[in-house]
Parts: sequence; structure tokens; C-alpha cells
Amino acid sequence: MTGGRRAPIWASALAVVAAAAWVLPYAWMVVTSLKPLEEIASDPTAPLPKRPQLDAYREVFEQVPVGRYLVVTIAVAVVIGLLQIALALPAGYALAKLRFVGKKTAFALVVACLLVPPQVTFVSVFSMFAKVSLTNTFGALVLPFAASALGTFLVRQALLSVPDEIIEAARLDGASELTIIYRILAPMLRPTLVSVFLVSFVYHYSDYFWPLVMTTDDTVRTLPLGVALLKEPGSGVRWHVVMAGNVILSAPVLVLFAIAQKHLIRGVVGRA
Amino acid sequence: MTPRRRHHPWLMLGPSLAVWILFVFVPLGLSAYQSLFAWDMLTEPVWVGGANYAAIAEDGELLRILGRTLGYSILVVAGSMTLGLALALLLDRPGRLFAFVRGAIFSAYVVSWVAVALLWVLLLDPDRGVAAAVLRALHLPRIGFLTDPRAALPTLAGVTVWKITGYAMIVFLAGLRAVPRSLHEAAALDGAGALARFRYVTWPLLRPTAAFVATTSLIVSFQAFDVVRIMTGGGPARATTLFVYAVYEQIFMNLSVGRASALAVVYFVVLCVLAALQLRAWRSQTTTARGA
Repeated sequence: MTGGRRAPIWASALAVVAAAAWVLPYAWMVVTSLKPLEEIASDPTAPLPKRPQLDAYREVFEQVPVGRYLVVTIAVAVVIGLLQIALALPAGYALAKLRFVGKKTAFALVVACLLVPPQVTFVSVFSMFAKVSLTNTFGALVLPFAASALGTFLVRQALLSVPDEIIEAARLDGASELTIIYRILAPMLRPTLVSVFLVSFVYHYSDYFWPLVMTTDDTVRTLPLGVALLKEPGSGVRWHVVMAGNVILSAPVLVLFAIAQKHLIRGVVGRA
Repeated sequence: MTPRRRHHPWLMLGPSLAVWILFVFVPLGLSAYQSLFAWDMLTEPVWVGGANYAAIAEDGELLRILGRTLGYSILVVAGSMTLGLALALLLDRPGRLFAFVRGAIFSAYVVSWVAVALLWVLLLDPDRGVAAAVLRALHLPRIGFLTDPRAALPTLAGVTVWKITGYAMIVFLAGLRAVPRSLHEAAALDGAGALARFRYVTWPLLRPTAAFVATTSLIVSFQAFDVVRIMTGGGPARATTLFVYAVYEQIFMNLSVGRASALAVVYFVVLCVLAALQLRAWRSQTTTARGA
């Protein structure tokens, strides 16, 4: 922040314009979701609904099992986040605090994984899962993301600034390496771990690509897929229903964002 | 340190490595292998050698896909960086108004691509959309944002800029805060105006951050899929068939694992080139972050 002086008027005015460019589209989503279908047909760009109603939301719940999809989506995102933390801690610890043959290679592997997105591997992973009949399972959505190269990297960076004396002292007290990692170091790394979890949660909650590729039926369909299905291809899109689905899909993440903005930003900027 | 070796370091890395081997390295090898076969996942794979590569390169289609993806990415990177930097400079001020605006802009980065893409399909709808109404009100000609082959790709790039500018802005804000204030004050005392201070103080210190943002958003835009699948389905006239969508098309619409794998292999090589760029930018980013 640049000093404690009051911002000039032009800066405030420009900021309001910028905010409008991002807030108005959201507002449009909500407004449209409250309009009856006739109003969208007769006057599609009316700024406010004449007779606001929640029918569109009821229709979303009728067309899509919102509750079940939401549970699957949150379960996928939470399990991935927890697994990433559980696996990143020992891996990051080994890379930051232990000396062993092949450490450089191990670190290079982590960085290599950082650079291979799921968009490269999905063809083969899909054919692997198809071969063992694991498509349309919870595992297909979770297992490929159980280890996070970025998470491992961030945990390692955070551990580099933890003094070795703490670990030495714990060892002298007879603590095992696993105790040191999960009981002593994990609480010290809390801000990093929270950031890693949140970034991962938000990404996988919103993810469309991987669930789309790995599911062919309804068993473990996630909410983004369900909402995308509300817009049937071709003409006659029921926009109030689609926007209601959009609101339902976005609300949890926006609430989470409002609560934990700082942690999320730290994770995204990558200097957790 | 000489830890008691009750848990070997490789064992601690083990679970993570197992996941990466199974879901990163094996699939990479498998893609290269499968790209040499014709396979529809129903009948037995048939060895075809390089025929899949020949097929995807036929009539210059591969080059067109690459060119399109590159064009889209350049628009996205240039747009989101310019806008992100401008917004960071504008919004790096104390006060609740500026904090709110920063949050509002960054929130688009957090919201699902599904929600953003569907919302913009509505906003850009030729009959019901707000954009069309604005054009009518200004007596401007109609634009088929998503139906005109010349307009569709820039439109997708524009929507992507709307979604990821918050990311560029946040990283630039972090970079700006690492610029020591004393430098600004010294420059101001020497009579440097706002523009000169940006040119000679802020920008040189921000350059590694800019390189970092550029390469990360370049790689992210090379992975674009959701926006294509939801907004255009690759059309009109393949004008928005970007790389990942082309791979998806081969495996799930043409049921050709071989060609999809061949495309994936080419895609991987392209990403490696981009990654080399990113690693260089990353290095300079971490060194300045430590130095600051």
C-alpha cells in the first residue's frame, strides 16, 4: 500500500468502473435467475424482474439431483485436499530436511510433475481406468490428484525456514520421524497447509474437465457437470434455469472466498 | 543431521512418487505407445506406425490447431497482463473500496469455468444478450460474437481475460508490495513524475514478476478446454477448436485413441517448450522474492 494518504477522486471513480465490469455480470446472473420465462422472452434485457420468483431454482432441483451432486463434488474436493496435505508433508520434509542419495533427482521429479497438466495425461489415464473398469468411480476423480507437486514444493519451501534444532530436539526426545512430521511440524506449517488445501479445494470443486472425461453416467457426476447439462444443446435454452444453476454452483465458492480470501491469495501467488 | 533411519527418505516420498508414476509418467509413456496403434477401445488395437501422426497433420490441420491455440493464448496473455498490471497499479491503495474492488475482480478467477462460460453465453446471446442490446442502442452493426468464425476466437479470449485478469492483478500486487517505498520517495524527491517513477523504478523491479505472470498464463491458456466446450463446441467452422479440445474430440467423438494419443504427444512436446520458458522465469522470480 502506498502511504496513508486519501486516494484521489479519479482513482476511486476508475475503481468503481472496474468493479462494475466484474460485479454487474454476477448481478445479471442473479437477476435472470429470478425472472419468469415470459419476461426473458418478451424483454430479455430488462434490468430487474417485474415479478421476481424462485421457480427457476425449484426447476433446477427437479432437473438435477443438486444435493447428491453437491455432496459428491465437495467430497471429491475435500478428499483430494486432505490427501495432498497428508502426502506433501513427508515428501516435502524429505526434500527440505534430510540428506540422501538421489535427492536432486527426486526434486527434479517434483518439478517435472509441476509441468505436466492433466490435459496431457487424460487420454492414457482414461484408457487405463477403462481397462480396469474404474471410470465412473470416486477413485477416478480423486486418485490422480492425491499427490500435488505444487503442494510438495510449497511445503518444502516452508520447511526450509524451520530451524533444524526443533527437529534435533524432538529426535533427542525419542520422537519418530512420522511424529515429527505430523505432530510437530504440521502445526507449525498451518498457514501453508491451509493455503494448499484451499487452492486445491477451489480448483477441484469447480473442475469441469476431469469429471467430464472420467464419467459417462450419473454415479459420481459432479455439480459443474450437472449445471452445464442444464443448457441443452440447440435452441430454446431456459436461461432463468441455467442462471439459477449457476448461482447454486458459484455461491459456495464465493462464500468460501469471502471468508478465506487471504489464505487463498497467498496460495495462488505461490509464496505461502 | 544424522537421523535414525527408521523411515528412509525415499519411503517418505514413496506415496507421492507412486501417484506421480501411475498418473503422470506411465500415462506419458502409454500415450507415446498408443499413438502408434489404431484403437477404438472396442476392438483389438492394430499397429499402424506413424499413420496417426500423418493423419493429424493432414491438410495442415495440426498447424491450424497450433496456430489457433497460440493466437488465443497471445490474446489472453497480452490482455490479462496489461489489464492486470493497470488494475494492480490502480488498486494498490488503502481503503475498503479498493479492497472490495480487488476482491471482486479476483473472485472471477475462483468461480467455476462452467458458471463463467454459461453466463457469458447469455450476455453475448445475439437475441437476448446485454451485449447485443448495447450494440443496438449505439446503432452499431450486429456482431455474431460466438457465431462469426472471425469473432469467436477473440470472444473466447476476451471471456478468458475477464476470468483470469484477477490472477495477474494479484501477482502484480504482490510484486508491487516488494518494491521498497524509499526508492519511490527518493525518485520523487529528485523530481521524477508518476510516469517516470513507473518507468525507472517500478517496472524494472516488476519485470521478473511480469515474466512469471506471462509464462504461467501462457501455459494456463494452452490448457483451455472448458470455455471451448461450453461456449462454442469448437465451432463455428472449427474456429475455436483449441488443442485440448481437439484431443478430446479425437477420443470421445471420433473414438480414436491412437490419434488422440498422437495429438497428446505433440501437445506434451509443445508444453515442454513453454515449460522451459516458465522455469527460467520462475528462477528469476524466486531470486528477486528472496532478495526483496
